[in-house]
Amino acid sequence: MKVHEYQAKELLAGYGAPIPKHIVCKTADEAAAAFDALSNGGGAVVKAQVHAGGRGAGQLLGYADKLGGVKFVTSKEKAKAVAEAMLSHKLRTLQTGPDGQKIQTLIVQADAEPDKEFYVSMVLDRTTGVPILMGSAAGGMDIEKVAHDTPEKIIKVQVQPETGLLPYQAQKMAFDLGFTNDQIGSVVKILMALSKVYFEKDASIVEVNPLAVTKKGDVVVLDAKIDFDDNAKFRHKDLEPLRDLAEENATEIRAAKADLNYIQLDGNIGCLVNGAGLAMATMDMVKFYGGNPANFLDVGGGVTAENAVEAFRIILSDDKVKAIFVNVFGGIASCARIADALVKAGREVGFKIPVVVRLEGNEVEKAREILGAVKAELPAIRVAPTLTEAAKMVVELAK
Amino acid sequence: MSILIDQSTRVITQGITGSAGSFHTDKSVEYSPHSYVGGVTPKRGGQTWTGKDSGKSLPVFNTVAEAVAKTGANASMIFVPAGGAGDAIMEAADAGIKVIVCITEGIPVLDMAKAKRFVQAKPGVRLVGPNCPGVITPGQCKIGIMPGYIHKPVEPGKTGVGVLSRSGTLTYEAVFQLTGMGYGQTTCVGIGGDPIIGTNQIDCLKLFQDDPATEAILMIGEIGGTAEEAAAEYVKQHVTKPVAAFIAGQTAPPGRRMGHAGAIISGGSGSAADKIKALEAAGIVVAKTPADLGAAVKEAIARKKK
Repeated sequence: MKVHEYQAKELLAGYGAPIPKHIVCKTADEAAAAFDALSNGGGAVVKAQVHAGGRGAGQLLGYADKLGGVKFVTSKEKAKAVAEAMLSHKLRTLQTGPDGQKIQTLIVQADAEPDKEFYVSMVLDRTTGVPILMGSAAGGMDIEKVAHDTPEKIIKVQVQPETGLLPYQAQKMAFDLGFTNDQIGSVVKILMALSKVYFEKDASIVEVNPLAVTKKGDVVVLDAKIDFDDNAKFRHKDLEPLRDLAEENATEIRAAKADLNYIQLDGNIGCLVNGAGLAMATMDMVKFYGGNPANFLDVGGGVTAENAVEAFRIILSDDKVKAIFVNVFGGIASCARIADALVKAGREVGFKIPVVVRLEGNEVEKAREILGAVKAELPAIRVAPTLTEAAKMVVELAK
Repeated sequence: MSILIDQSTRVITQGITGSAGSFHTDKSVEYSPHSYVGGVTPKRGGQTWTGKDSGKSLPVFNTVAEAVAKTGANASMIFVPAGGAGDAIMEAADAGIKVIVCITEGIPVLDMAKAKRFVQAKPGVRLVGPNCPGVITPGQCKIGIMPGYIHKPVEPGKTGVGVLSRSGTLTYEAVFQLTGMGYGQTTCVGIGGDPIIGTNQIDCLKLFQDDPATEAILMIGEIGGTAEEAAAEYVKQHVTKPVAAFIAGQTAPPGRRMGHAGAIISGGSGSAADKIKALEAAGIVVAKTPADLGAAVKEAIARKKK
């Protein structure tokens, strides 16, 4: 689960990390009032709150001037105008996709213009299976690019899950990054907060970029990103209110309720598959034969008639879909049960577009008989003899 | 011959009285009745579990330590729910179980970070999974949720294919094709789809390379992490047997978790294209589609013979 910048910063602040003051706003008038409260005779920053990164370099779609999701303003009027523009245009960044993301929340943040920018994060090192604290003096920019072009500029320290980050490790990181004696205390506070959020809240990443030394000499968390491990949400009821459903795909939320693993894509061939690996491989196969998958959908091992019906409804709710590819390998689950589910789905949902079915495995003969018997009633269902045939067929039918 | 498990492996199920644990123990008992010696469910010690289809009865114990002491078990199959599965892994390791196969999906990453380190500190203990279909040595021992009937045992004195995979159904797809083409399987290892797993690709490659009955190796991977790249490098340097591979997720969008917790392209790494490039550079035959898994193995064997 992702959260907004302001939520991430407030969580870190709760563990003792210094952050610049901010006020969360839902309207332009609120932003104007927030400017008065925070500008202190100078300026303030208006920042769009969306889950995608790259906001500063983004662009408001359909807005005449160059304006992204982060803007320094020097007057109340400007604050209001910028907030109005942000709240009425979608923001496109490198991470939002071409259609952009609607902005529903802003923060107005007290001026904390950075003099120097650093990068720090807590993340899992998958190679070793051990969490690491990462730091770089090359902050403020795309850390993936830094890691790729100049890996020597990134410092990594293993953090044992039994102990969490130890104070001496935080201190060493702070010195290694080149902070001065009077800054060390604040940096250690930020690093310890990072580790506490990571371990106590089961985060999968806690990232501060930039960790800034401001022109006034303060050390603050200027921007932060946290992603939580969904597998651990059962022990963090306190985090539930932080979820912003408006940032998520409505169809994907609906699928999750039916225990379906669904991800919307932009092609026109709907896919219904059992198993995540096979579901990915099925999408790849559609592409390999010249088609375009409309979705990833794993119905899991225990497909029931009920969730198969819901799966078809979800696939068909995307009106780009021109054909459906059902690819099931019945391991222990019987293909006959899946065939029954298909028939039920056909009767309840109604198939107006071709449904190409490839079944293999347990009780496949019985399944073919079931589908053969409803040929006249459900002509949209076409049973393919092999996986390759099925892929070719569905690509052809979707054209 | 085989790797990890064989005719002599003695298995207990942790979480044997739960619905999934009971169902799959029953199926596994049907496949290899001699392998199973008991089960563990806290507070159900002293009861007897009876399989619905197999009709076999097994004693239930409160703790793994007691089960090991009374039955001599050396392997375990874990179906404990996600919140307690990390602890179940550590309990098994502490009780002297040598091969721990964790089927459970959805274990918090930090629980696995702790469990993995705990297991690593116990010499000779091997964890397979979590979030995996399990391990099977066809005709000898099945620990997991895979359908037994699709597998083909390797006849004594003959050789077969070793399979390792991050995905369940894709493994079944592969095994089904191999069996159809007449290739027996020495051992099939589902290594799991999570970011932190016990036994990885390189561990399996090493075991298969050292197993005289394994003639060729099929490795099924997917997007996320860089384990396939590391495995490719390992193959280049240490594996003399024919290796075929497949990578799922060429069409997966970056930043999205594709069903498996570990299947995500992030931070510019983990893409299918990078993995396929590394595998091909190591001389591994990469199947173009999931329909060509068996064919890729055949080609890898043919190439080595040249």
